[in-house]
Amino acid sequence: MESTTRAFNDNVRRAIGDAGLRRSLDKLGHGFPVKRRLAAERLPEFETLRDEARDIKNHVLANLDTYLAAFEAKVTETGGQVHWARDAAEARDIILAVCRDASARTVTKSKSMIGEELAINDHLEAHGIQPIETDLGEYIIQLRHEPPAHILAPAIHLSKEQVADTFRASHDGLPRDRDLEAPETLLKEARAILREKFLAADVGLTGANMLVAETGSIVLVTNEGNADLTQTLPRVQVVMASLEKVVPTLEDATTLLRVLARSATGQEQSVYTTFTTGPKRAEDPDGPDAFHVVLLDNGRSGMVGGDFQDMLRCIRCGACLNHCPVYATIGGHAYGWVYSGPMGKVLIPNLIGMETAKDLPNASSLCGRCEEVCPMRIPLPRMLRDWRRRQFAAGQTGIIARWALKSWAFWARRPGLYHFFADIKMRSLAAAAGRRGRFRSMVMAGGWTGSRDLPAPQGRTFQAQWDARGGKR
Amino acid sequence: MEKPRDVALFVTCLVDLMRPSVGFAAVKLLQDAGCTVTVPRAQTCCGQPAYNAGDEADAAAIARQVIAAFQGFAAVVAPSGSCAGMIKEHYPRLFADDPEWGPRARDLAARTHELVSFLRDVLAVEGVDAAFDGTVTYHDSCSGLRELGIKAQPRALLATVAGLTLTEAEDSEVCCGFGGLFCVKYPDISGQMVDNKAKAVEATGAGTLLGGDMGCLMNIGGRLKRRGSPVQVRHVAEVLAGMADVPAIGEGPGEGED
Repeated sequence: MESTTRAFNDNVRRAIGDAGLRRSLDKLGHGFPVKRRLAAERLPEFETLRDEARDIKNHVLANLDTYLAAFEAKVTETGGQVHWARDAAEARDIILAVCRDASARTVTKSKSMIGEELAINDHLEAHGIQPIETDLGEYIIQLRHEPPAHILAPAIHLSKEQVADTFRASHDGLPRDRDLEAPETLLKEARAILREKFLAADVGLTGANMLVAETGSIVLVTNEGNADLTQTLPRVQVVMASLEKVVPTLEDATTLLRVLARSATGQEQSVYTTFTTGPKRAEDPDGPDAFHVVLLDNGRSGMVGGDFQDMLRCIRCGACLNHCPVYATIGGHAYGWVYSGPMGKVLIPNLIGMETAKDLPNASSLCGRCEEVCPMRIPLPRMLRDWRRRQFAAGQTGIIARWALKSWAFWARRPGLYHFFADIKMRSLAAAAGRRGRFRSMVMAGGWTGSRDLPAPQGRTFQAQWDARGGKR
Repeated sequence: MEKPRDVALFVTCLVDLMRPSVGFAAVKLLQDAGCTVTVPRAQTCCGQPAYNAGDEADAAAIARQVIAAFQGFAAVVAPSGSCAGMIKEHYPRLFADDPEWGPRARDLAARTHELVSFLRDVLAVEGVDAAFDGTVTYHDSCSGLRELGIKAQPRALLATVAGLTLTEAEDSEVCCGFGGLFCVKYPDISGQMVDNKAKAVEATGAGTLLGGDMGCLMNIGGRLKRRGSPVQVRHVAEVLAGMADVPAIGEGPGEGED
């Protein structure tokens, strides 16, 4: 997917000006956090599970090569095939080749962030193969030619009226004046159309929430069951997954599942959790004849062993987005690429480069709510600071910010001078504010005074007053 | 265990410059709790702006100055969760691999406390001798809440202020959008966040907003004033010390004249 991350500030202004988006985000920001909290409170061992989940992934990341090799061996043993892709281009070529081998004309697809990373739909379409998103949210944004606005709820930015308009514009052959008022009606219409597509598809393209090394299974979690139809009906299944999705055992997978849905939507379990191993066996009534897993690196192996390794623990639950006050203000599209929210701010610069994404780590108040709710205990604020440190070292911090920091540090390191001049400056500011006690505007402080008054100092500094009172030094 | 009464006050730059009355309120609260209060002269700022901007060299230089200035005191107390959090959580990280300053940073971190949690958790202060006539609401500043676990302590002490009623705001734990340099670097996002916060505060019907960090309070207070809201904003120490007779944040002696 083409990134618009460079235009972050323009994206932000557009998002803030969008009243409909504000309403959707407000609903999300008040819904999911409550559900997550209640789900966590209902499970006494939730905090312990978070520790276990973190430890499982840390162990995997310390032994990634071993578990990936074990996973590949098991997939092969059960009749499937693993393909290794260094980057998005390689992965796209592999998937296209599999589709061509299957003489595929249509491909059904269940929700996958890796699919977004690859922009696989555009690639297949460009080569004459029709991809059909089968997750309702993904289906809607596919019709609208939009990227996902949330890693979990891709169409969260839209109202049901907008969805109705999209359906009217896209679903030919239905009466224009049909009633699409109720969400259930929209759902029914999408289901009827998708049912046909499921049956006609030649290849089913899915993501994977986890890869189990012990058995060679992939784990898929949905609330709609669309992934199950996507993987069982077509002749060929292609799974797209990034390297860090591997876990050692089925037991480990269940530990992660126990924190995943609770953190994501506050459900104890998602509606459908499916473990799939290899293609259809002789005794199986259903399933694909061929089973392919495309393992994507795309920059991840470079994160192992470095400042950002912890990010690879992420299980894409979306809790950090749901609890982030910045995400709640600007929505997912403003981040300009596949991922968004705090996890996006850390991951995106790793995948598309710090230069392109330099606003992302900075556009945070470092409030820490993301780390507080992350089921994998990923230290997101620490990693945002790590990016800032790298940017500062690389001279990418803006010249004004750099100058301001340096001159402030100059004074802060000279307490005697600092106290002397601070007292003079504060007294003059207090006098300038007069009896009002605040400023409505101030030269060089437009960033502050654009949206709020600037409280004036009281007068003499504390240090000066402490001296005047003969306080203990 | 002997309670630490030999206290050095880390005033914080915002209290020193903008609102010294908070510093004097902190001194009174500490003295009332039986502490001797010293204010080392060689302090300016904790270095957090540099640290959060990725400028670790300047952050470390300032941190070394703070570590040296506050050596030897039984406790170091700051009327800010953010600055106390910087010293407690981040100084040890800054010097994690430094054989000379690492141990000194960890030693200071162990002795450093935010004011209200120090009174409550360390000195086990049960109540304060103060009165405040009105309904207040409380904003949980992020660093204090998430790095230092400050949530119950201010509420427990406020409950002993005569005449004071506390009413909770929706999302009192959600960031106000200050974030240090963040608020001026991303004014559109920050402005929207503080507007949400101001509305949540107004919705409580409380006449006063209290909190433990000057940065957040100046941000929320500034936005409330811009909205024309009558809600007053004060540092919690002023109320606990019975020193809420000075004009509120962003107000002057001529409030209401224009």
